[in-house]
Amino acid sequence: MAKLTPIAAVIVFVCLMWPGAGHAATDDLAALRAELEALKTDYTSRVQALEARIKQLESAVATATTAPPVYPQPAPVAAPAKGSNAAAFNPAISMILTGNYASLSQDPATYRVAGFIPPPSGEGPGRRSFNLDESELTVASNVDPYFFGNVTAAIQGDNSIDIEEAYFKTIALNNGFTIKGGRFFSATGYLNEIHSHNWDFADQPLVYQVFLGGQLAQDGAQIRWLAPTDYFIELGAEAGSGRSFPGTQRNSNSLASDALFAHLGGDVGDSTSWRLGVSWLDVRSTDRTYDDVDQFGAAVIDAFTGTSRTWIADGTLKWAPHGDPTYHQFKLQGEYMHRTESGQLAFDVTAVTGRNLAGDYNSSQSGWYLQAVYEFVQRWRAGLRYDSMQSGTPRIGLVQLGLLPFAAFPSLASASPERTTIMVDWSLSEFSRLRAQYAWDDARATERDRQLLLQYIFAMGAHGAHKF
Amino acid sequence: MPKYLRSLLALATVSLCVGALPAQAALKVLATTPDWAALVTELGGDKVNVYTATSAFQDVHRVDAKPSLVARARTADLVVATGADLEIGWMPVLLQDSGNTRIQPGSPGYFEAAPLVHLLEVPSAVDRSMGDIHPLGNPHVTLDPHDIATIAKALAARLALIDSANAAYYAARGDDFQKRWQQATLGWEAKAAPLKGVGVVVIHRDQAYLCNWLGLKELASIEPKPGVPPSAGYLAELVTKLAATPPKMILRNAYNDPRAAEWLSQRIHAPVVLLPYSVGGTPEAKDLFGLFDDTIKRLLAALK
Repeated sequence: MAKLTPIAAVIVFVCLMWPGAGHAATDDLAALRAELEALKTDYTSRVQALEARIKQLESAVATATTAPPVYPQPAPVAAPAKGSNAAAFNPAISMILTGNYASLSQDPATYRVAGFIPPPSGEGPGRRSFNLDESELTVASNVDPYFFGNVTAAIQGDNSIDIEEAYFKTIALNNGFTIKGGRFFSATGYLNEIHSHNWDFADQPLVYQVFLGGQLAQDGAQIRWLAPTDYFIELGAEAGSGRSFPGTQRNSNSLASDALFAHLGGDVGDSTSWRLGVSWLDVRSTDRTYDDVDQFGAAVIDAFTGTSRTWIADGTLKWAPHGDPTYHQFKLQGEYMHRTESGQLAFDVTAVTGRNLAGDYNSSQSGWYLQAVYEFVQRWRAGLRYDSMQSGTPRIGLVQLGLLPFAAFPSLASASPERTTIMVDWSLSEFSRLRAQYAWDDARATERDRQLLLQYIFAMGAHGAHKF
Repeated sequence: MPKYLRSLLALATVSLCVGALPAQAALKVLATTPDWAALVTELGGDKVNVYTATSAFQDVHRVDAKPSLVARARTADLVVATGADLEIGWMPVLLQDSGNTRIQPGSPGYFEAAPLVHLLEVPSAVDRSMGDIHPLGNPHVTLDPHDIATIAKALAARLALIDSANAAYYAARGDDFQKRWQQATLGWEAKAAPLKGVGVVVIHRDQAYLCNWLGLKELASIEPKPGVPPSAGYLAELVTKLAATPPKMILRNAYNDPRAAEWLSQRIHAPVVLLPYSVGGTPEAKDLFGLFDDTIKRLLAALK
């Protein structure tokens, strides 16, 4: 067929050059010429198309024969089947496996940070020997064009399930506003919002354990506003039921846990970024009981009813060469908390000693930690953390009135607990981490606890994006 | 706490008023890589104000969702990302925390480049035991100028859609860019002809599009699996394997650790070629044209 093109060209040429073509034939000639021209272009394009196809096939054959021997091209994924697909809208699912081996020089059952009313849970290094820690299941997805939903359930080693977070979040509000509702980790402080598998140490700083029971989860609502500035300026407020420590579940319609927070952040050069925060937490509790031992050695249950107000200042700084944390990264992080509690302290609420008394209670206590983590070679990090707490001496009405001696409240005797922790971890990939941690824990009133923790963290499923 | 609620309400009112004001003169663009920033600048000229989230010295897989980036996402009119999960470790946080509906996926203000081009190395099955593989295909699409041309066309149209007042401006700049780019591409292809069939070793599989375009043969990669650093044993194995088909050069990006590449270079007697990979990766790679000029210049220099 390729030969037709020159033939057509010759015909056209001959027609055009035909000397005998008279005037009468001009119209016919023009028509013939147009027809031939059309024929010519038609054939030319067809021929070109065919030539292109041949070329394509030839090059495909050539590529196939010269394909790199080490990396054969994977077969393309089959086109998704048309029609309904019930799984297409499945949410992102991820599962975190954690566990540890603990060697503790002191009995963990008697662990208590001296000088402070203890939280119901969240204190101490956990049990000895091998432990299955929490297995954290997260299911997250956009709900519709307006909301995002996220559920994080921690299946505990003791076969119980904690709903750590279960919240909805707006995605359709503009002007920097985001509203969150349900159960969520409070945005007060820096570490509070971060899930345990992303902590840089195997356990929480003492100040988190004592003031927030490990981590403060609100059942309530949160509003955040991000300023339209080049610096990161974020303001937020929360209102919650106060069901978790330092609050308690209360039979009341009112909100019992209010929080305000402000965050400021930015970069210094291309290697350093930072965030500063200040938060205020106001929580009310009713009959927040805790175990103690009275001056005669009898086990009693005391209870606090009142208001717990906490100021938190936090700062985080990250450095990596050119901002690339692949080979080296340095992270410095510290938080200071100051808490005042005022209300009523009841002694021996179950009246085992026959003396169920109540009086005023006022405390002013503080604590802080500072930690540094450095990735010294790709995949390997080392960390150092120092914890310090100042309990002060609370004013206890029952003692001031002379109804009970201070010795009836041994948990509240003034103390300055501290702890030093070192850590090394090894991350074979983004999804697995093995860690060794050693702590000299002087949080108890009596002896030092030497704690060795070996920990594993594995992440399966959806690739979670992490906050700063 | 009605007091703070009141002040918050006041703040909300003020910010709503600010938000209702007419948009600023320049379109605010947040580009995830310097390449997309350079492309936006080519197409948008002085009608756009571009912020680049990363530099050529960063591995875009591993970037922190730092506060400064969240702040930029808040005010952006347009996000230009690679997509194909390249930015999955940090982009979702920026989008979710931004409180900015203009840049949410599915909105005109969210632009992804990778879905526009034919992706190489789409795996037929995915499993994390295979390393950091990308289920949607290799996302490092910037090093084939034909892909850049395709992406530029779509991006110019997107700029015109978002900022319709300047649609003609973007169209004109788009046409002008296409013309210059086509010309330059022909030049690069002519110059790079001797590179066809040349065997190379790469570090990560982020040169796949460059190799595919120029006909370079990837004989091996220094990472045994994507994102997995090589062990001494694997490197030794590579030396033996490569003895049969010695590569002409080892390609390294500005952000890669040079040590493994240099170790291998001494053993197999092939030079390590530092490539800019991204705009800004070398002093010569000032813009997209410079990126390709310099890449080809460096490859040709190593061939001699």
